[in-house]
Amino acid sequence: MSSQDAALVPAGGSPQRLVDMVFRLREYGIIVVLIIFIAVTTSIQPRFLGEQNIKFVLLNATIYALLALGETMVVVSRQMDLSVGSVLGLSAYVSSNLFGQVHGIPIPVVFLVGIGIGFVCGVVNGAITAFARVPGLVVTLATLYIIRGVDISIIGGGEVVASSLPAHFSAIGSDSVVGVPYVTICVAIVIAIGTYSLRSFRAGRELYAIGSNPEAARLVGIPIARRVFSAYVISGAIAGLAGVIWASFYGTVDSTAGTGYELTVVTAVVVGGVAIFGGSGSAAGAAFGALLLSTIATALYALGVSPFWDPAFDGLLLVLAITLDRGIALRLAAVMRKRTFRHEP
Amino acid sequence: MTVASPTPGDPTSSPHGSADQEEEGSSIDGAQPAVVDDVLGLGEGASGPALVLEHTTKSFGAVHALVDGSIELHWGETHGLVGENGAGKSTLVKILAGVHLPDSGRLVVNGREVRLDGPAASRAVGIAVIHQEASVFPDLSVAENVFIGREPLRSGRRIDFKTMNEEIAVVVDRLGVRLDPRRIAKGLSVADQQIMEIAKALSLKASIIVMDEPTAALSAHEVDRLFEIVELLRCEGTAVLFISHRLQEVFDVCQRVTVMRDGRHVFTKPLAGLVADDLVQAMVGREVVDRAAGGSQQIGDVVLAVDHLSREGVFTDVSFTVRSGEIVVLAGLVGSGRSEVARAIFGIDRRDAGSVSINGRRLRSGSPIDAIAAGVGFVPEDRRQQGLVMAMAIDRNIALASHDHLKRKGLIWGALERDFAADWASRLRLKYGKLSGNASTLSGGNQQKLVLAKWLGRNPSLLVIDEPTRGIDVATKAEVHRLLERLAAEEGVAILMISSELPEVLRMGNRTLVMREGQLVAEFSHSEVSEERIVAAATGQHQDAGSLVTTDAVGPGAA
Repeated sequence: MSSQDAALVPAGGSPQRLVDMVFRLREYGIIVVLIIFIAVTTSIQPRFLGEQNIKFVLLNATIYALLALGETMVVVSRQMDLSVGSVLGLSAYVSSNLFGQVHGIPIPVVFLVGIGIGFVCGVVNGAITAFARVPGLVVTLATLYIIRGVDISIIGGGEVVASSLPAHFSAIGSDSVVGVPYVTICVAIVIAIGTYSLRSFRAGRELYAIGSNPEAARLVGIPIARRVFSAYVISGAIAGLAGVIWASFYGTVDSTAGTGYELTVVTAVVVGGVAIFGGSGSAAGAAFGALLLSTIATALYALGVSPFWDPAFDGLLLVLAITLDRGIALRLAAVMRKRTFRHEP
Repeated sequence: MTVASPTPGDPTSSPHGSADQEEEGSSIDGAQPAVVDDVLGLGEGASGPALVLEHTTKSFGAVHALVDGSIELHWGETHGLVGENGAGKSTLVKILAGVHLPDSGRLVVNGREVRLDGPAASRAVGIAVIHQEASVFPDLSVAENVFIGREPLRSGRRIDFKTMNEEIAVVVDRLGVRLDPRRIAKGLSVADQQIMEIAKALSLKASIIVMDEPTAALSAHEVDRLFEIVELLRCEGTAVLFISHRLQEVFDVCQRVTVMRDGRHVFTKPLAGLVADDLVQAMVGREVVDRAAGGSQQIGDVVLAVDHLSREGVFTDVSFTVRSGEIVVLAGLVGSGRSEVARAIFGIDRRDAGSVSINGRRLRSGSPIDAIAAGVGFVPEDRRQQGLVMAMAIDRNIALASHDHLKRKGLIWGALERDFAADWASRLRLKYGKLSGNASTLSGGNQQKLVLAKWLGRNPSLLVIDEPTRGIDVATKAEVHRLLERLAAEEGVAILMISSELPEVLRMGNRTLVMREGQLVAEFSHSEVSEERIVAAATGQHQDAGSLVTTDAVGPGAA
């Protein structure tokens, strides 16, 4: 909407409440879509809500949702991290390979190594983006290839096989309570903490401010470079963590692990209501976006649709989400335009 | 006196003695000759002036933006700062804001020499700057916008949203405006954005407030409200630096004025005893001859016929004509629908009802291509965003609308393009470095000439111009005016112009149409028109609005 329209509306008048409401709805809307989707699928194929199936969906969504947390931090500050898939792959291989190389290595150490690898990758991404001022999209497009290249050259033709992993490690994905894997619960808690932190700490709000208006952020003295750097480092560390979890889920790790994840994660983030040019959206929304994508993939399978259609549906959902946003925004502008004169004092 | 304290803007301190000299909160009716002495009197109790900037220089590469920047602010005064574009005002503001570090010079705030190496340092010494381009975060709430970077915290270093909302409610109350702290800033009018910035300054307990062109995008009654707030702050002892292109506003709200030219301090004087021409001469360094419109143009046939044009919720039943060789000015308040009518004529916005015809040919709704083909040129109000491709060469910008004439065998020939551009650049006396340089290298006035050149290259029969001289310095402004007059008189171009500056409206219009709340409410011929009549028609009031200077302002680009 244009500010001319708003000029005649008294501040705090009802059109704004309408705007606020719609923006809040946008975050919850995804949950509604999710419920409708599950209901429809279940009515056609009742086995869809079986425990095994739920577990599969949740595990699948867990990694994407975790990656989406880091990606959300980067995207709200008007940047992008395309390297998460490669970071996940490198971390998955190097960390799980430790079990074969160092006999009896404690699982927490393996996690720390994985997170450390992601951390280093994040530092590189963040430093080039924030301090050398190269657009993060380009930087991480480059590191997507570089890190994957490093991954391939380390692995050679080999792979980590499930039999080399300790039982406790492989059990991370399988232990569950009433069908919900423990790891999913842990990730959900991490995402909740992340969402709350982005909302309630200065550093978090400043990421939104940077994404909302970078020039104004500079004028009020927000340390833009430091904040963007931190976002990339956290996103990297999270991708590293996700790599270790990935290895525990799948057992077999070769050089293709995590290929293409970055685009799915960005899709989840946008479907989950995070503005692609920064400034708004939440990590919880992004996590629900990941859950929705995962549910759709499984539902298509359950309904007997060829899994080859899966990417097409993800794309369709992305277009729908953005079109819906745009449609709501235009509709809202039109409504407020027509209200302009009625609210004239 | 409380004024002397380092935080005279403290919300708890009540207006002190000097407020008695005037009606509280009404600053705009006329000059205040007695106030200057009073302000000087206040200074005695204080530890000298609020802020002194002396012989400051700042260069960006080979450009000497500031050669000798000096200014002195007193507690409890509103100090005007005027100068043409490029005089160094913005650089001076950015130095006070801590955005730029000066190359040399001295800055003393409240008796202490300071070095402002960042916005935080500037805030720490009690300076609040309200920037020209309002620095709003559209996705954050009003309260967050106000408190960004210094939010009140509760346990665990979490932001205390409750306290934040309460504190800003107090500040907003004190300003006597309605602004919900919890709403997001997206969609706030420019006036409300400015109120928000002022609330920020107040909550910072800033004792020195710098306002960079605060009225550029405000309507008359919003300007009134702003001036009341400025006067309130001044009476509480705040030092206000007020920068404006509109000289009458400086006379209305300021006690002293500093004039800058070419990065140098020209003079600082009390406004009592000065007239606008003194300032203009000092700004330009010579006398500006402002020729009144002759009205000798040959008015020809109807070029533009707008018939019962409506767009729901924006404007209703607008009908008028513009003839060949005629300049018609659309005046009115912000949001009265002037710019929207222009956009609908050119086909940027669709119309819901009515018709637009050029030389008898009816234009399709919502089709700028149709409008251009029919000979309409459109110079939008925001030339940087809408009028030019800033990152494109000057010659290509000029050629942008004339590609069909510059094509040979289906390709655009660089040589034809350059010759065409060079021709128009010299006809409009464009001042540029290289034609292959980006449009962004030009000054504001020359950018406007560039937009004009683009359309003149097509020999338009109708030129629609929204705010032709906004943000353009005095000398170039006169040049643009002469250019438009010549186009009408000599080339027979029909010109529909939107303007928010009354002197411009009075000077340029063969006819003046006034819009209010989406409707055409008055029409004046060149001999009938007067400031009072326009203001009365635009506000729907009677002649009591006569003291206003500028009818209104302009809807800014969307936030």
